[in-house]
Amino acid sequence: MSWTRDGHVWISPETGARWLPTIGLEVHAQLSTRTKLFCSCEVSFGAAPNTKTCPVCTGQPGALPVLNEAVLDFAVRAALALGAEVAPDTHFDRKNYFYCDLPKNFQTSQYDHPFCSGGGVKLSSGVFIRLNRIHMEEDAGKTIHTDAGSLVDLNRTGIPLIESVTEPDLCSPEDAHEYLTRFREVLQFSGVSRADMEKGELRCDVNVSVRPEGEEGLRTKVEVKNLNSFRHVQASLEHEIPRQITAYESEGVDAIVQETRLYDPEREETRAMRVKEGESDYRYFPCPDLPKLHLSEERIEAQRAALPELPEPRRARFQKELGLSEYDAGVLTGSRDTADYFEEAAERSADPKSAANWVSNELLRALGTDEVEAGSLSDLSLQPADLALVIAKIASGDLHSKGARELVRECLRTGAGVDETISALGLDEKIDDSALEGWCREALEANPRVIEEVRAGKDKALGACIGPVMKASGGKADPKRITEVLKSLIEADS
Amino acid sequence: MSGPFEGIDATGLREAILSGERGVRETTEACLDAIEASNDELGAFLTIERESALQCAEELERTDAEPGPLHGIPVALKANLCWEGHETNCASRLLEGWRAPYTATCVERLLAAGAVPVGVTNMDEFAMGSSGENSAFGPARNPWDSTRIPGGSSSGSAVAVAARLVPLALGSDTGGSVRQPAALCGIYGFKPTYGRVSRYGLVAFGSSLDQVSPFATSARDLALCLSVIAGHDPRDSTSLKLAAPSAGANDGASLSGLRVGVPKEHFPPELEGGTRTACEEALARLTAQGCELVEVSLPHARYAIPTYYVVATAEASSNLARFDGVAYGQRVDGDGSLQSMFAATRNAGFGAEVKRRILIGTYALSAGYQDEWYGRATRARTLLRHDYEEAFKRCDVLAAPTSPPVAFPLGERADDPVSMYLADILTVSASLAGLPAVSVPAGFAAPVDDPEASLPVGLQLTGPHSGDERLLEVAQLLEATGDHHTKAPTGGVA
Repeated sequence: MSWTRDGHVWISPETGARWLPTIGLEVHAQLSTRTKLFCSCEVSFGAAPNTKTCPVCTGQPGALPVLNEAVLDFAVRAALALGAEVAPDTHFDRKNYFYCDLPKNFQTSQYDHPFCSGGGVKLSSGVFIRLNRIHMEEDAGKTIHTDAGSLVDLNRTGIPLIESVTEPDLCSPEDAHEYLTRFREVLQFSGVSRADMEKGELRCDVNVSVRPEGEEGLRTKVEVKNLNSFRHVQASLEHEIPRQITAYESEGVDAIVQETRLYDPEREETRAMRVKEGESDYRYFPCPDLPKLHLSEERIEAQRAALPELPEPRRARFQKELGLSEYDAGVLTGSRDTADYFEEAAERSADPKSAANWVSNELLRALGTDEVEAGSLSDLSLQPADLALVIAKIASGDLHSKGARELVRECLRTGAGVDETISALGLDEKIDDSALEGWCREALEANPRVIEEVRAGKDKALGACIGPVMKASGGKADPKRITEVLKSLIEADS
Repeated sequence: MSGPFEGIDATGLREAILSGERGVRETTEACLDAIEASNDELGAFLTIERESALQCAEELERTDAEPGPLHGIPVALKANLCWEGHETNCASRLLEGWRAPYTATCVERLLAAGAVPVGVTNMDEFAMGSSGENSAFGPARNPWDSTRIPGGSSSGSAVAVAARLVPLALGSDTGGSVRQPAALCGIYGFKPTYGRVSRYGLVAFGSSLDQVSPFATSARDLALCLSVIAGHDPRDSTSLKLAAPSAGANDGASLSGLRVGVPKEHFPPELEGGTRTACEEALARLTAQGCELVEVSLPHARYAIPTYYVVATAEASSNLARFDGVAYGQRVDGDGSLQSMFAATRNAGFGAEVKRRILIGTYALSAGYQDEWYGRATRARTLLRHDYEEAFKRCDVLAAPTSPPVAFPLGERADDPVSMYLADILTVSASLAGLPAVSVPAGFAAPVDDPEASLPVGLQLTGPHSGDERLLEVAQLLEATGDHHTKAPTGGVA
């Protein structure tokens, strides 16, 4: 059974009916402050369980929260980066529910006066995905279920989050994927969140419903959880949308119930977890332990001023001012770190195109490989100034491109400096012209057919000789120069 | 029955210790012996900390450091004030055996001032009650007549000071929990302005109302104690940014020209005759000193009881949610599920009154009822605050009885929660408005059930916001006009 799609419309293979999905996303992002939201415990990942805790975040009787002011600044910056309007007057509420990894059995969150409103993310299609709300809240702990019982780790408890909920403006799994990509890059560029999904710094739940094309109003929505990557978000929708359509077509309009489903990436399906019986009553009320907040205009403006250039305008500028292709501009704005690295190398070398090639073809590919431990460009020992130096040496003829590639790889591998590595590899040794001529002669003698072919106008045939000459030179000869010598020898011979 | 501190208050004791007339260790031992001898009868203490008290006394005798303002003064702590390593069980089965992992700010400050904590006092479970009868470990008894209640919820601390077992004790006052037992036990009890004393380490009942509050046998001791425990605490976000007042003598101050407001709503018809007479006599002593009596009105005071019982229980329903048996407290396993463990733990651990208030508070915050209950209570609270602001335009302090009845027999109101709640009718208004209020001994009156008996009556003085110092000054001047405060119970076991 295969599904065909016409734009956003899914066409049922059974009936040929046309169905439209409606998708909304709920994203929790961890703000990258040094300490937690209401205590001075360090925010960390991977620490031994229950070692980053104190009476406040473990909810000991009598302990009280004190707001980490840095969280407010991070949250405001995030809101501004997403185009939201910051509300000067806001407060924290308590969201009451019982769970074993929520030590106070209430979560300090925001309800009817979140700190900002509006905002959203523009997709490449030009569609603007509106945000219904963004608010601040504290994270809960982590429960690990074992055969011996459930274990609770409270290291994560109290870590500051911003929860954002989109309007149901998304119409396809691809849109959902792109939204998340754009959303994450805005947070990363503005420096408010590392948003690493593997570390749980970004978490996403999906709400999705389907309806026949042309039908007014939305049908029952289903929530999908356990989505550990953007790829899973997209894949879960690719399975959940047809599931709902099939259910409606076989069981009628009541086929879908409001429920939470878990995505199983192994079996590539969603499974019912629990049925939602109406709205939960969280008995929100203003947290009496925390004074109401007022965000002054100066404070908001200071965050606006601190906002770096965001990915979308930066991409446009890279294309317009630096002459990059749309594709290269996209790759080089993949993260703020990449964009900053590239831009500095481009400036220092005054050769944006070469810098772009080096960054996207060599450096980004090397990250996280067996040879190069660094996970981001800024962690490389080869800094933008070093790359600019390499580019300059190529331009001046001091390095040939093959040698340069070898040089850069060696620098990345060893962490040694450029000049040092040039010496170590012997790339600064000048090749004696007579020696080069000798090797070229030997190569031609070994491949007499090459001479014939070149005479017949097939310059490509020279390739067969370049390798042996390079080898003879210990890799130090410039392939361009070898070609020149070979050609001149063939011409002189004729 | 009267203990070792009859005829001497904390200020006097400090002088006796500093002059060498009394030793710290000797004082501590006398105190501990008297507590042990009386505790079966009075039930003032849940734990007597002989070992740590003697250790503390010895350290004070050894040290060469400048003696603190409470050097060598034995103090008792209500069982809801965290004291590291000591059982802080809030008189609840649920927290039986729980040793606080940290120390409350007010206790830290007492220790730093040289006070010697001798034990943890009985109370109504989680500070919920007005008679002391809601303790899971049996009631404390009134030292004037041990068949009667001492008042609550800070019952044990009031009894300990009234029986002269300690010169100073800390309680907590949410709706009158220090002022009312002070009145019923014939001593001083002072609730500072909300935020004047840090709540950090006070196990929360109604967070927007709770205030750590001292008991003493003289007004000057209240000022002395306030000078130690008050002052901004960065660990409590609701703590006022006001320095602690100094405890100096107020030489030259007089009552002449002081405008004493008498709110007519606080002399209700249900006031017992003897209480009315004693309070009117106290007012007469004020006018004899040159005070001007001004009739004022608090028109919204009639909403104070329902308002208080909605706000306090709503906050309590959330504050007490943390007692779930996961991280601390007496866990009771259910049928294996998490929810059943929560339910079994809370069902077994909480007493009837605590359950009643959690249910009321949960209802008051529930969707569909919240605006009608919690919302209206919040609005009524604002109106009441405004009433006080208006009243204080016409007077400097307010004077009224602290409690309509004198101490009633144990068990008399145990099955009638509403009549018990009405015991707080004269104290909750100042709590809702966050104002400082002190109960001073005003005289004696016969209870309705026994015309022959004579039991203490308290007069409540209320000051404007942050007017704690002036209020205590007035209390000291009033003290000088009578001798009721010097009367100690001589025992009255029926």
